[in-house]
Amino acid sequence: MRYAARVAWWLVFIVGVLYFFIPLYGTLAFSLKSKPFLSAYTAILNDPQFVSTLSYSFVAGILTIIVSILIIVPTAFWVRLKYPQLRPIIEFITLLPFVIPPIILVFGLINTYSKQPLAVTNTETGSNALLVAAYVVLSFPYMYRAVDTGLRAIDIHSLTEASQSLGAGWIRILWQVILPNVRTSLLSGAFLTLAIVVGEFTIATFLDRPAFAPFLGLVGDSKPYEQAALALVSFGITWAAMVLIAVLGRGSRSRIKVTIG
Amino acid sequence: MPFLELTGIQKRFGDVAAVHNFDLAIEPGEFVSFLGPSGCGKTTTLRMIAGFERPTAGTIVVNGTDITHKAPNQRNVGMVFQSYALFPNMTVADNVGFGLKVRRRSKDQIHKRVSELLELIHLPDKASRYPWQLSGGQQQRVALARALAIEPQVLLLDEPLSALDAKIRVSLRNEIRAIQRQLGITTVYVTHDQEEALSLSDRIVVMSEGRIEQIGTPFEIYNFPSTGFVARFVGTLNVVSAKVLDPTAGTLEAAGQPIRAAGPISGGHPGDALTVALRPEIISLGARDGMNQLSGVVDDVTFLGAIVRVRIRFSDDSGAISFDTFNNPHLAVPDRGTAITISFPPEACLVLDRAEIAAAAAPEDLDAA
Ligand SMILES: Nc1ncnc2c1ncn2[C@@H]1O[C@H](COP(=O)(O)OP(=O)(O)OP(=O)(O)O)[C@@H](O)[C@H]1O
Ligand SMILES: [Mg+2]
Repeated sequence: MRYAARVAWWLVFIVGVLYFFIPLYGTLAFSLKSKPFLSAYTAILNDPQFVSTLSYSFVAGILTIIVSILIIVPTAFWVRLKYPQLRPIIEFITLLPFVIPPIILVFGLINTYSKQPLAVTNTETGSNALLVAAYVVLSFPYMYRAVDTGLRAIDIHSLTEASQSLGAGWIRILWQVILPNVRTSLLSGAFLTLAIVVGEFTIATFLDRPAFAPFLGLVGDSKPYEQAALALVSFGITWAAMVLIAVLGRGSRSRIKVTIG
Repeated sequence: MPFLELTGIQKRFGDVAAVHNFDLAIEPGEFVSFLGPSGCGKTTTLRMIAGFERPTAGTIVVNGTDITHKAPNQRNVGMVFQSYALFPNMTVADNVGFGLKVRRRSKDQIHKRVSELLELIHLPDKASRYPWQLSGGQQQRVALARALAIEPQVLLLDEPLSALDAKIRVSLRNEIRAIQRQLGITTVYVTHDQEEALSLSDRIVVMSEGRIEQIGTPFEIYNFPSTGFVARFVGTLNVVSAKVLDPTAGTLEAAGQPIRAAGPISGGHPGDALTVALRPEIISLGARDGMNQLSGVVDDVTFLGAIVRVRIRFSDDSGAISFDTFNNPHLAVPDRGTAITISFPPEACLVLDRAEIAAAAAPEDLDAA
């Protein structure tokens, strides 16, 4: 029986790996068909737009994560602590981006924010802010669930009360007690958010932002090999960024050192 | 002058009245326990002192300052929780130093105080451990040190030992008491364990259904319970039904046999039915002159180690009485079914009236004791 279970486990694992890697391999094989060898890659890496759009998207991703954390962590904490009966409602609201397609969202945004008195799209900064705001909304389902799961794993009531009795105020409680204890969950939410932002096409296109996914689409219209190479390179960079977040997120903090003797 | 004073404290949760008219004055350095069955409002009262709940009515004064409406983080009150509530992301030293960091003490001051406290709780070598690397007893000691680090005016403990096993519970409670005496800190301790309350406290507040039943020293609470509830809740109690023979002489009939109460039975009439309560340890085996005597048949014998608990039953249906004798390998324990006589002094009879019996609910707590 145990043998059969192990065989089944391995089968599932192998199918999963194949499902994940075959498309990657297909893309790689296709990108290598360009002549001369690797020319697709050199063309991409020499394209100034590659670096500029990818960094634009990364910055947008990081800002999205920061804003999302600032909104979601206090909300999820407060709901769990004081208004547990509101949890289903908040959860439903955060799931709305799954129900409303990005195309609807972006037309709603443009309709609202391109005319007076809220003509935000008139300036570059305004459009960039609008893009990040839209991405923050897209990140809600991932961030909220991640943080909420993290909060469930710790006894936030006792920890909060213990901090209060020691004199701590709300900001310190959130920053020094709650946040460090949900860091692992936050990281998983942050990964998903970053991956989504870097790959997001619709909103960036309609807000006319110099983001990575529209650039990828543009390249694909004329240069199929280059598009495949670009997809792989960006995939690798996104993964590297996630590893970086994980390493930074583990971070070290100053500790009270005690010497006895 | 009392150091901590609760006056007319009430707490309602919607329709549920958790605490009614709670009045208590605690002296500086005193160790006071709240004792009572589950749901009687012990935790709620403690949380009002800590500031986590707002009283519906009443005032709380600490050292002459009214703190009733102060936020919990403005009160300088130390709290120890049943679940320890140590910060999982911080080392032992960081946990203990947290309150001092909040108070913006210098690094040197924090180091000094933290190492002092780790010495006090006998864990000087665990400073850089994380909570999950400690046993439950060690975690609770760290939680105590963390609460004491800020030199609180009042120390509050809510069933701090409930999550620990029996041996550690006893040693840690002695340690808590020793530290409390050493620091002279005014302490309120919540428990539903009568043995804990009796062994630790200067005074005990026995509570039932949100009300104070009795406030007194462990000696007073145990020996002179002022209500039937207290008599039943604290210690093990034998309850026999009896009939008044002569109220002025204080004579009664229990199990068809005459006995004497300590004094006249006020408000009693000949023939009235009431209940007499007896502590098991006050009863001795055999007939003794000048004492009350009851004869019956051994119903059950329970071996409890140092003591042997014997239960006797009477021919009529007036109930059973358990009593304790010290275990002695050279003495034979009476067999089941043997006829025996027991003796007890008249002062040992606690006469409970009917109303009190109705009020003293929760007989299952008695069996558990
Ligand atoms: N936040 C709350 N909302 C509503 N009712 C509550 C709340 N907290 C306590 N109660 C009620 O108040 C009463 C007293 O509760 P409390 O927790 O003070 O009891 P306790 O004596 O500490 O009991 P235990 O020994 O079980 O801890 C109970 O009936 C409880 O259901
Ligand atoms: Mg309680």
